[in-house]
Amino acid sequence: VSETVAERILVERARSGDLEAFGELVSRHMRRAYFAALGLAGSHDDALDMSQEAFARAFRARKSLDPERPFYPWLYQILRRLCFNVHRDRRTRQARLAEAAPWLVEEAGRRAAAEDPARQAENAELREQLDAAIDRLPARERETLVLREFEGLRYREIAELLGIPIGTVMSRLYSARKALAEILREG
Amino acid sequence: MMGALDGETSPQQEQELSRLLENDPVLEAEWEQLQRVKEVTSGMVFNKPPEEIWDTYWTGVYRRFERGIGWILVSVGAILLLSYGAWEGLGELLDDTTTPAIVKYGALAVIVGLIVLLVSVVREKLFIRRSDPYKDIIR
Repeated sequence: VSETVAERILVERARSGDLEAFGELVSRHMRRAYFAALGLAGSHDDALDMSQEAFARAFRARKSLDPERPFYPWLYQILRRLCFNVHRDRRTRQARLAEAAPWLVEEAGRRAAAEDPARQAENAELREQLDAAIDRLPARERETLVLREFEGLRYREIAELLGIPIGTVMSRLYSARKALAEILREG
Repeated sequence: MMGALDGETSPQQEQELSRLLENDPVLEAEWEQLQRVKEVTSGMVFNKPPEEIWDTYWTGVYRRFERGIGWILVSVGAILLLSYGAWEGLGELLDDTTTPAIVKYGALAVIVGLIVLLVSVVREKLFIRRSDPYKDIIR
């Protein structure tokens, strides 16, 4: 509760143009914003660029901030629009991704914890195809999958963040996983 | 199926899914594929950037504020200077009796055209966009 109150105070101060308070909000949410942008954009450079740009635009639009509501969902709306608009040109995006380091990696310790080495090797091979397979998903399906799988949000949290019903969250996840299953099967 | 994969189903829904899978081999095959995808994606995490980027992150955001202000000042200054120059130049051109009429009308048309374009863009930014019911739709 105290965190919520502290954030509300920061939002109120930021609304009135207090850069120090806004800087504190940036520090609190920069990691989450960066990883959200990484999930949407797929490269470190773009994630850094777009998450910073989202904060800068958020400060410019600070008058529309509501101190009664959490800061991050509001910021996320700016961030996702930015990412979708920048990557509207798919060819440019593919070219940028081709030069970028992988945005997903195998979880540390998972290999060691595996009981079945053959299955583990097969999974490792499939994961190599995963980066490209997720990049080929439609933007909204990719976004929902990333929020669920890599940010670990519950369906209710995803629905609130995106402003969509839980049923839509599930249908987007189904479409995304079905497409991934096809891609991985073909690969 | 999605709820079952993500652990968001009730025991009754789990039972219902098991019953459906037992009676439908096609559904069961699809379920196995989806489970496989879930298994693979569950083993992946975001590739973390170097820790140092967080030390300079705020500087990057702040730099964008500065550049934004810089661009606004440059744009406003450029518009003022160009407007003044155009006004003065047009005045001289119109007063000059040696300039052919076609050049005077051409210059006048260019200036008026630029003003119309500027007013149109400003009006769109200030008024039309504010009342656009589709402005939040992501293209």
